[in-house]
Amino acid sequence: MNYVFQFGLVWEHTPRLLAGAWLTIRLSLGALAIGMILAVICAAARQSAPRPVRMLVAAYVEVIRNTPLLVQLFVIYFSLPAIGLRLDANQAALAGLGISYGGYATEIIRSGVEAVPRGQIEAGRALGLSSLRIFRHIVLFQAMRTAWPALASQFVLLLLGSSIVSAISAEELTAVTNTLQSTTFRAFEFYFVATGMYLAMAVGCRLLLDTMFWLFFERGRPTAR
Amino acid sequence: MSRDFELPEFLFLVAALRWTLLLSAVAFTGGFAGGFVLALMRVSPRGALRVIARGYIELFQGTPLLMQLFLAYYGLPVLFGVRIDAWPAVASAFTLYASAFLGEIWRGAIMAVPATQWEGAAALALPRSVTLARVIVPQALRIAIPPTVGFLVQLTKGTSVASISGFVELARAGQLIVNVTFQPMTVYPIVAALYFLVCWPLSLLAGRLERRLDARQGSVAVP
Repeated sequence: MNYVFQFGLVWEHTPRLLAGAWLTIRLSLGALAIGMILAVICAAARQSAPRPVRMLVAAYVEVIRNTPLLVQLFVIYFSLPAIGLRLDANQAALAGLGISYGGYATEIIRSGVEAVPRGQIEAGRALGLSSLRIFRHIVLFQAMRTAWPALASQFVLLLLGSSIVSAISAEELTAVTNTLQSTTFRAFEFYFVATGMYLAMAVGCRLLLDTMFWLFFERGRPTAR
Repeated sequence: MSRDFELPEFLFLVAALRWTLLLSAVAFTGGFAGGFVLALMRVSPRGALRVIARGYIELFQGTPLLMQLFLAYYGLPVLFGVRIDAWPAVASAFTLYASAFLGEIWRGAIMAVPATQWEGAAALALPRSVTLARVIVPQALRIAIPPTVGFLVQLTKGTSVASISGFVELARAGQLIVNVTFQPMTVYPIVAALYFLVCWPLSLLAGRLERRLDARQGSVAVP
């Protein structure tokens, strides 16, 4: 092996890499917010809306889950301008990631809601709770507890999947890395470090989300079983 | 001068679909073997094997597929001092990726086999290899099939990422056609539809298998 590693070069460009990682985090969090709002609306619509709306939601979920994120981004960034909807790269990336997360999260939240035993809702009604309080204290709490781990895993997939938006030239970590490696010709070093940064972000997110789960749902409660 | 999007262009996309399918098949086959080994390592009584397998899985599930591809592209030549073509680089990256996910899925399936099955086998003084081959794996297989089919969908969609590194498959073919026809409004939805046609039946199958498995297990308590 006669290749000489030059990680010092990467060190010089740390500020740009960190700026890219910061955009990755902001895109992921923004997409999480958009996706969760979409998902709660869609999951509610799938329970109670009229049939055509339910079918529309089902179609949205199936299309998102069965086509690649990359192609979804291409449609949003390159196809939509043809019908007059022009987004810049970052907006398209945010919209694409958010709509994609929303599709997966709809399914996760729906199964969380369905896992709440019907008897508990009936019991709430028998105790004279209003439907809002039944929803808040009985359905929402338990549905979130069921859905949380899957939503968290899906968020880590979103964070890692956001590297794909470099293909539509949103300047996040992967795109910055691409630019740096093409000007310095030290491809391996830059990709190696960027991969490490993604790993750190993914592990950090997972720890944070697991801690939040414990804080919200397990602390101070007797363990079930 | 631009071409229109007509039958030849459409057929070009359909032809490119075969590279998507072939890459998925290669990665799935390789991942099948790799995942099997990883799953066995994950449930091994030897701590070192468990740690190695766990580290491998965390590494591949904790980094972007695109970065893994770039590292395979630029890293393999650096580490081994040989230039390799796009095909082997992409195929090996996807194989390593699929191994990690399948390994984790199958570990879950093995863990889902009730502990009493292990104890029963131990009571019969079956050696570990026989316990695995004759008692645990056959039962784990049934549990593993629905999520494995589900992962096949994820893998097929994931192969689109290979287009970013220049590998010509369906998504890349779509870009090429857009470059000559200037009709992204037509081409990309068709590309999406082609992916959908491949992935949707698989998703339906996975869902159906899962419901059948749930029904068969009936009211067995889930820990």
